[in-house]
Amino acid sequence: MSAAAADDFLPRAAKEAAATALMVFVLGVLIVGARTFDDGGGHLAIEWRMQVVAMGAALAALGRVGILFWRRHDPGPGLAEKWRPAAAALDRRMGWLIWLGLGFALALPALPFADRYVVDTAIQVLIYVMLGWGLNVVVGLAGLLDLGYVAFYAVGAYSYALLAKTFGFSFWICLPLAGILAAFTGVLLGFPVLRLRGDYLAIVTLGFGEIIRIVLTNWVDLTGGPNGLSGIPRPSFFGFPFTANPPEGSTSFHELVGLDFNPMHRIVFLYFVILALALVTNYFTQRMRRLPLGRAWEALREDEIACTALGINPTNTKLSAFAIGAMFGGFAGAFFATRQGFISPESFSFFESALILAIVVLGGMGSQVGVVVAALVLVVLPEWFRAFAEYRMLVFGAGMVLIMVLRPHGLVADRAPTVRLHG
Amino acid sequence: MAFFLQQLINGVTLGSIYGLIAIGYTMVYGIIGMINFAHGEVYMIGAFVAVIVFTVLASVGGMGVVGGLLLVLIAAMAITAAYGWSIERVAYRPLRRSFRLAPLISAIGMSILLQNYVQLSQGARIKPLQPIIEGGMILMDRGGFAVRLSYIQIFIFLLTLALMAAFALIIAKTPLGRAQRACEQDRTMAALLGVDVDRTISLTFVVGAMLAAVAGVMVTLYYGVIDFFIGFLAGLKAFTAAVLGGIGSLPGAVLGGLLIGLIETFWSAYFSVEYKDVAAFAILVIVLVFLPTGLLGRPEVEKV
Repeated sequence: MSAAAADDFLPRAAKEAAATALMVFVLGVLIVGARTFDDGGGHLAIEWRMQVVAMGAALAALGRVGILFWRRHDPGPGLAEKWRPAAAALDRRMGWLIWLGLGFALALPALPFADRYVVDTAIQVLIYVMLGWGLNVVVGLAGLLDLGYVAFYAVGAYSYALLAKTFGFSFWICLPLAGILAAFTGVLLGFPVLRLRGDYLAIVTLGFGEIIRIVLTNWVDLTGGPNGLSGIPRPSFFGFPFTANPPEGSTSFHELVGLDFNPMHRIVFLYFVILALALVTNYFTQRMRRLPLGRAWEALREDEIACTALGINPTNTKLSAFAIGAMFGGFAGAFFATRQGFISPESFSFFESALILAIVVLGGMGSQVGVVVAALVLVVLPEWFRAFAEYRMLVFGAGMVLIMVLRPHGLVADRAPTVRLHG
Repeated sequence: MAFFLQQLINGVTLGSIYGLIAIGYTMVYGIIGMINFAHGEVYMIGAFVAVIVFTVLASVGGMGVVGGLLLVLIAAMAITAAYGWSIERVAYRPLRRSFRLAPLISAIGMSILLQNYVQLSQGARIKPLQPIIEGGMILMDRGGFAVRLSYIQIFIFLLTLALMAAFALIIAKTPLGRAQRACEQDRTMAALLGVDVDRTISLTFVVGAMLAAVAGVMVTLYYGVIDFFIGFLAGLKAFTAAVLGGIGSLPGAVLGGLLIGLIETFWSAYFSVEYKDVAAFAILVIVLVFLPTGLLGRPEVEKV
């Protein structure tokens, strides 16, 4: 770096820092600096907190100077470029890592640190892994941006809850029914909208997600409205319930296997159920990718016009992706309902859709491993941040922006079509 | 008839607000082809600035209604302009050459970030505000049902009209408007001809944010309560309005806003209040299926 450029650096850095500080000050001066609160009489009063704003502005200026210094001493490729060798090395060992991860997942409940909290969190992660894999069919493979995926999750959950409560069907009968109903909803919703272009499709699916939530909230006779449905039957071990005192004439799980009653049994069972469901989802989609239909999805994502010219019916192909994605969402929903024992429309807000989509996109669209990594990051990190519960969502939003800006192709990018002519 | 007229007035008021927000969506979509998902939050921030400045003014005192309103409008526009600029700079500009979904994801993150930022700094409870502009006139009184046109509604119509006129003038006559239209047609070519594309895009965000801020001030005045979550639904409906009118078309955004406002109001009045949001989205789906370019949009030809 020449002397002239070095001389130039300090004034420039000072100017940029001042501009950043000023900007942050303007952004924060009223929203942060003047907190409104109810003075007890129904009127608002102001509490000035200019010191917070000043601190924020100073921190932003420091950060800006830091970034400038870093760029100056390291004018090489961006952060994404630096990741590349590491990512390639990771790629070569991917096969091993997958088996290692699977082994870990299978052994988790037996590990010494696996108390109830850990297994519960693992179940939570696996639900999102499964949802991510289901949505990956729609977004990653078929390239359809679905912002209302939570609608199918909700349909699955309510189908299970209503079928199990009204007709007393067991979990294993309700599970396929919930999946079928969700897939059917997917076809029903998808049919009119799948000819739309990407961004429009995104907004329409978002609208559908909201419609389903509004209907669930207002159709009180069927869904219990905002109070939701409670007392949803818990799953049993193929007919043997997980209870300390089974009803007359039936055997409970702990009597069956001859152990003392332990509430962990049910949780570990749930863990294995969701693990199996997630793995089935993964296996199914991986096989689909090798079928003509799966190839058609990926081809459609890459170039719709070329596909039409080759005789692929875009609407039917997209519809199948939409329905299969919806089906897995329905399975996950049924599992969610039986695990919680209580569901309400609150669990199916737009935020859930955004979270699932974030998992797919941050994982690198189309990558199955990426979904696992992203689900771990997005579910476990907020758990760690539970101490700062208030700031959880703030950090989540900021993280989403940051990861997109730094690694727009996701943590584990794998967008290459399964087959390709000419390398 | 009287009931109908009253609903018409209410619907046009609501529609004006949606129309102002929709302009921001349609402009940004026209110039960089992305849905600025955080636009609804900018509107929410505008409403919050209005509440804060009104509260400060009330505690200081000594300012008339007109002066106070003017100050609130200026403050809200200035601060949201800063937000519009920063959002583009931080969350969208680095992603301009990225794949198509990247800015949308980043925008969703930005929206979540802003919502929680306001919730944390201002509290999650609703913010009530004493009515600033009171009174109105009775247009018709038939069978015990009086059709009221309040001054605040007149204020909203007039301000919306004035802003639309000013805005149309900016787009048609000023260098900024010309640069904006050029970037909309062909960004690369505009850059080759000496248009500062980055600056134009930034200014588009700034102008859109300012219009959303005005909508936020209006909503604060009209309803008197706001909370940190108002941006989500309003943003969604304004986007629906932009699509309905034909995305990329400015008169379309206004027309779409008015239609959405009217549909929502009449649906609530004649059918059910609970399902008014469903009505708006159902309209969106129907329009997109039968009229994919919206009412005033140009058909988009996709080339190989």
